[in-house]
Amino acid sequence: MLRLDAVTFQNGSFRLAADLNVAKRRKVAVMGPSGSGKSTLVNGVAGFHEAITGRLFWDGAEITAMAPGKRPVAMLFQDGNLFPHLSVRQNAALGVRPDLKLSVGDWTRVDAALAEVGLGDLGARKPAELSGGQQSRAALARVLSQARPILILDEPFAALGPALKHEMLDLVERLVEETGATLLMVTHDPGDATRIADDIILVEGGQAHPPSSATKMLANPSPALRAYLG
Amino acid sequence: MAGRAQPVNPVWGSVAAAVVAAAILGALCAVFWRAEASLGLGPSDWAAIRFTVLQAALSATFSAVLAVPVARALARRQFAARGALVTLLGAPFILPVIVAVFGLLAVFGRSGWVSTVLGWVGLPPLHIYGLHGVVLAHVFFNLPLATRLLLQGWRDVPSEQFRLAAQLSFGAGETARLIERPMLARTLPGVWAVIFAICVTSFAVALTLGGGPRATTVELAIFQAFSFDFDLSRAAWLSVIQIALAGIAAVIALRLTPFEALGTGLDRPVRRWDVGARRLIAQDTMLITLAALFLLLPLSAIVLSGLAAIWHLPVQVWHAAGLSVLVALGSTAVLLSLALPMSWAIAAGSASRVEVAGILGLAASPLVIGTGFFVMLNPFVNPQSLALPVTALVNALMALPFALRILVPGAREVARGYGRLALSLDMRGWPYLRHVLLPRLMPRIGFAAGLAAALSMGDLGVIALFADPELATLPLQMYRLMAAYQMETAAGAGLLLLVLSLVLFWAFDAGGRRGAAA
Repeated sequence: MLRLDAVTFQNGSFRLAADLNVAKRRKVAVMGPSGSGKSTLVNGVAGFHEAITGRLFWDGAEITAMAPGKRPVAMLFQDGNLFPHLSVRQNAALGVRPDLKLSVGDWTRVDAALAEVGLGDLGARKPAELSGGQQSRAALARVLSQARPILILDEPFAALGPALKHEMLDLVERLVEETGATLLMVTHDPGDATRIADDIILVEGGQAHPPSSATKMLANPSPALRAYLG
Repeated sequence: MAGRAQPVNPVWGSVAAAVVAAAILGALCAVFWRAEASLGLGPSDWAAIRFTVLQAALSATFSAVLAVPVARALARRQFAARGALVTLLGAPFILPVIVAVFGLLAVFGRSGWVSTVLGWVGLPPLHIYGLHGVVLAHVFFNLPLATRLLLQGWRDVPSEQFRLAAQLSFGAGETARLIERPMLARTLPGVWAVIFAICVTSFAVALTLGGGPRATTVELAIFQAFSFDFDLSRAAWLSVIQIALAGIAAVIALRLTPFEALGTGLDRPVRRWDVGARRLIAQDTMLITLAALFLLLPLSAIVLSGLAAIWHLPVQVWHAAGLSVLVALGSTAVLLSLALPMSWAIAAGSASRVEVAGILGLAASPLVIGTGFFVMLNPFVNPQSLALPVTALVNALMALPFALRILVPGAREVARGYGRLALSLDMRGWPYLRHVLLPRLMPRIGFAAGLAAALSMGDLGVIALFADPELATLPLQMYRLMAAYQMETAAGAGLLLLVLSLVLFWAFDAGGRRGAAA
């Protein structure tokens, strides 16, 4: 279980309060108006924003002071998920060892991850030689080889067209099911939430509310959510 | 966002900055300690100060004013060689001063090309020693710089403004009044101030074309106090004066210049609809041709006069060339080992002290630093025995502000674009440097290294202060040949120096770009 115990994240002069739990293997959409702090929440969980009060736990172990790279979190950012000068295979391999000194067994794992996302024969290419959808797949291969129990998506598919975005979300759902990861996903689109999420965390007014069932929330939105959805 | 932590430790940048600050401030302290203020300001000191300010002001004014029509012509015309010409405008930056002076003498000197033509129609030859010559050489170096800076100003005008001008059928006059003049009012003072600051500390031009009681700059007076009078305390006192002058000039320049001096993308002209008049086209063609000739004639003079001599240069010249290459490579290594960690620390946003150390070099001139080092070393060793390492170090310190201007934006880009990804992958230290930062920065590192190597290769400053008669870098050797009127050998040495400077620059720059592509 991911536990945010009376946490306040600081992002510049902005503060976001969160006191909530996310059960293991849940798929959670993080929704709310622009500037409400969705990104601050997930970046705080990933360790990029400091928790000035409260404590974070994963599986009962405290992670509040852990460096981002030591946390049980893999993350897809809005952009800059791949190093453009490294090959797709190297990019994916960074998830195993950041110094790229991989054993033969490690490389096999990387290649399996690439095959898993459908890039089995494109490992030698540079990201610029891939289409937008293929680049997203490559980033997912990196996340797969990181093999962390929490996956965070900070709107990485925002630049893709609707069909491609749905394809990527389906792939994410499959990978999360297979690996048993817990998913936190920032989104503006209630369609994304119904497509993939079990729960929704509503972020508004400097506060992240505890997750509750996506179907129920969307069928019967609270005033705050209704104001956002319009 | 990513301001909290970065995958490289900024401590190394602080260490490098401390080394730089210690070297520069140490030299300044030594100078202050050794200077005898009781000397006061004699008439010759006042003359030197007056001449320094006068030639710098004239050079800056001519360069900035002449650059306006040239930059305007380049900004509104498209032609085949435009890209090449804009690149050529960057060349004087890495052109050894002594080589340029030789070329200018060949074109504008007493027995140069222009004087010959004047002789055909019965006019007296030109005379370019003294104030004329110093200003001419400074304009040769800084007109291209001013043109590039103003071109940047034109490029920064949103292209919508020119489209709006077309909609309202502006002629060139309306465009000038409503768009160009406001832009120039913002940029010209900065351009003038930068060139003024450069010319205040210029040494080699004054050494070769100035001199005598009426054309001696403070920088040159330091050298003369040193080498002719062996008067260390007077040299130190003059250095204090020079620190004040250069410091004031640098502060003014930093105040007035918000722009990036080494901007790219200048080769893309904005489409214009207001300048089709035939008279304007003829005028621009003439201006561009004149500017190109002003740059190309001295360069061709060097190549033409050097070609004959370069095949049988005496062995001392080759020896000097070898030493110069070593100094240039050593200086580049020192520069990179200081500038790289400093740029990372500045990009991490945690160290404004590092930035201050980076621009200290602007306020101090090479001869001042050289004098300071001489004062510090003199009690312990014979400073002449350290001439080459000191030259390499001072050259690196002088190139540092430029290198940081090139490297810091790139380091910032990497930190912004990939810092979080690297942190989330737990990439730090050497793996991060090797796989992310260095490859991403490689084109900029190559460019900075190329500039540093070429600047050091062509430097005629500290080496003149420290070298004994047996020892010379190539620029110094060339200067000695010119002083001894061995013009043919000097021409060969000049061509060799030009080629070596360009090759060093090209090798590093191209190497950096290839390293990035691999």
